[in-house]
Amino acid sequence: MNLDKVIALIFMVISIVYGYTAYNFQLLPFERNMPFLPNTMPMAISVLGVLISLVILISKSDMDDDEGEGMSIKRLKYYKTGQAGAILATMVIYALMLRGVGFIPSTIFFLFGSSWILGERKIFKMAIVSVLGTVPIWYLVQEVLGIYLKPLPW
Amino acid sequence: MFEGVMLGLETAFTLQNLMLVIFGCLIGTFIGMLPGLGPMSIIAIMIPVAITLGDPSSAIILLAGVYYGAIFGGSTSSILINAPGVAGTVATSFDGYPMARKGQAGKALTIAAVSSFSGGTIGAILLFMFAPALSSVALLFHSAEYFALMVLGLTAIAAFAGKGQVGKALLMTIAGVMLATVGESALFNAPRFTGGIQDLQSGMSFITLAMALFALPEALYLIFDPKKSETGNSAESIKNLRITKDEAKKIAPVIARQSIQGFLIGVMPGAGATLASFLGYGVERNIAKGEDQAEFGKGSIKGLAAPETANNAACTGSFVPLLTLGIPGSGTTAILLGALIALNVTPGPRLMIDNPAIFWSVIISMYFGNVILLILNLPLIPYIAKLLTIPRNYLIPFVLFFTMIGAYIGQNNATELIILVALGILATIFKFAKYPLAPLLIGFILGGMLENNFARSVNITDDISFMWERPMTLGLLIVAVLMVIIPMYRQSKARKAAAKKEA
Repeated sequence: MNLDKVIALIFMVISIVYGYTAYNFQLLPFERNMPFLPNTMPMAISVLGVLISLVILISKSDMDDDEGEGMSIKRLKYYKTGQAGAILATMVIYALMLRGVGFIPSTIFFLFGSSWILGERKIFKMAIVSVLGTVPIWYLVQEVLGIYLKPLPW
Repeated sequence: MFEGVMLGLETAFTLQNLMLVIFGCLIGTFIGMLPGLGPMSIIAIMIPVAITLGDPSSAIILLAGVYYGAIFGGSTSSILINAPGVAGTVATSFDGYPMARKGQAGKALTIAAVSSFSGGTIGAILLFMFAPALSSVALLFHSAEYFALMVLGLTAIAAFAGKGQVGKALLMTIAGVMLATVGESALFNAPRFTGGIQDLQSGMSFITLAMALFALPEALYLIFDPKKSETGNSAESIKNLRITKDEAKKIAPVIARQSIQGFLIGVMPGAGATLASFLGYGVERNIAKGEDQAEFGKGSIKGLAAPETANNAACTGSFVPLLTLGIPGSGTTAILLGALIALNVTPGPRLMIDNPAIFWSVIISMYFGNVILLILNLPLIPYIAKLLTIPRNYLIPFVLFFTMIGAYIGQNNATELIILVALGILATIFKFAKYPLAPLLIGFILGGMLENNFARSVNITDDISFMWERPMTLGLLIVAVLMVIIPMYRQSKARKAAAKKEA
């Protein structure tokens, strides 16, 4: 089964679960007599969702007509998925670091780390770029705009 | 009126005000480029500075500069890195980003600047002439008409339903509407579909979703395929700002139509720039013919000019209810209203009679901001566009950093970044499966508004008869249906003609 059909199938399941939750939505006592209920539209769109995913499931997949533009699953094996995965992991680490380590060190780590993953090896240049990219932004956001961004671990 | 205008001009044009507007434009443009800091937040941040100036017209001039600067800055990040920081610039990225990928970043930014400027100018002229008269029209629009307008806005989705992709585009729209129902809603008493998760109480954040759907998959694509980050982006072509005569001829009617349409939508309180930009995009796509229509979504200059013009014209239009009725039609005008009140100016029906100098100087200041922005930014465009020529190993980390900071600043919640990464991976899978992502965001933005207005109308009339009993609603709904049917009819006719030729 093609990826687009798998997605349609998953979406159908989500629509059914969503519709079921909507159907069982706890209405407040005074809401019961309103002509339009909080779950009116959710129930309607869950039905639409099931119908449309069915249409995609039974119609011909267009994943094979490759226009040579945009991402294509057929070229997946030539793609640098490892690099992309590593960078996504760095983003998650960055998110986890922000609260404990503070904005400045974590951002320097992220900028340095991700350009390292992309293959850059000029350490001196990378360090300067990461610091120059981090500190002014922090200064702008916190000191000029007054939006608090915890800068350092302490 | 003429005296009032002259009085306003006198108050607005001083050296100090000129400096203020330049300062405001620059600040707005640069901060506006950071996704997550839209016009609304930047104006809110600048209000204390503006109030300390003391003089209402100077304060408004500064804020106007910031406002237009921020709008342009927002378009810049949509066009260059596909990261629309505010809902109003989502439609800009539909064609602006593909143009930048083709190496026409400079041209795309110029078209954006020129169409925003024209939209603002025509909007200001309409504001001059019709502000008092239009205030009564704004009140004619009820939830039923808003509902019909949202439906019309949804026709923009058609642009992404390419060959055989109708089902996919619709599925993504529904997914967007579903996401919009998560959390609290203006109309209902209890939050919905949160699954007991606290973070979902206030709903999905627009900015996280926009970054995850648009900016992140594009950045991943650049990582996947190193060759992609190089093609087309030679330093020469990128700096080229020139719009050819043919191109100007092509976008002129678009700008004319969208200025008026956008302005009228902006006049209605609550509809605002976002709806105007989607509607502008949808309408222009659906009335374009043949090749022009196929271009939409792939870097069409019309597709870029339409939302940019409509967006700015609507921003100008939203000053009609603000100044004449004291009703803020959008978040940004609500904040401006707060600033005006703090400066001892109370917008409302009496403002024009009691204080014509202030009334006109506010309008003139806003326009002044628009003019200065164009003068200031056109020479800057080559430098802004050149950002794309930064080597890939440095550009990609910064693109990712800006996407994350956009999602982070608004919420100050690191969980948002994990949601961003997860949604970004999902969005990339959708891209692999050839599901268009824009309809999801359109569904998400318009879905909530659609439900609210529909529910309000049903609650008023007790049934759905408002759809055919209110002439304006019926008219708008008919236009929406025609918008979808006419292109389909034209296409099938063209196909039949082609088949006949072959035979």
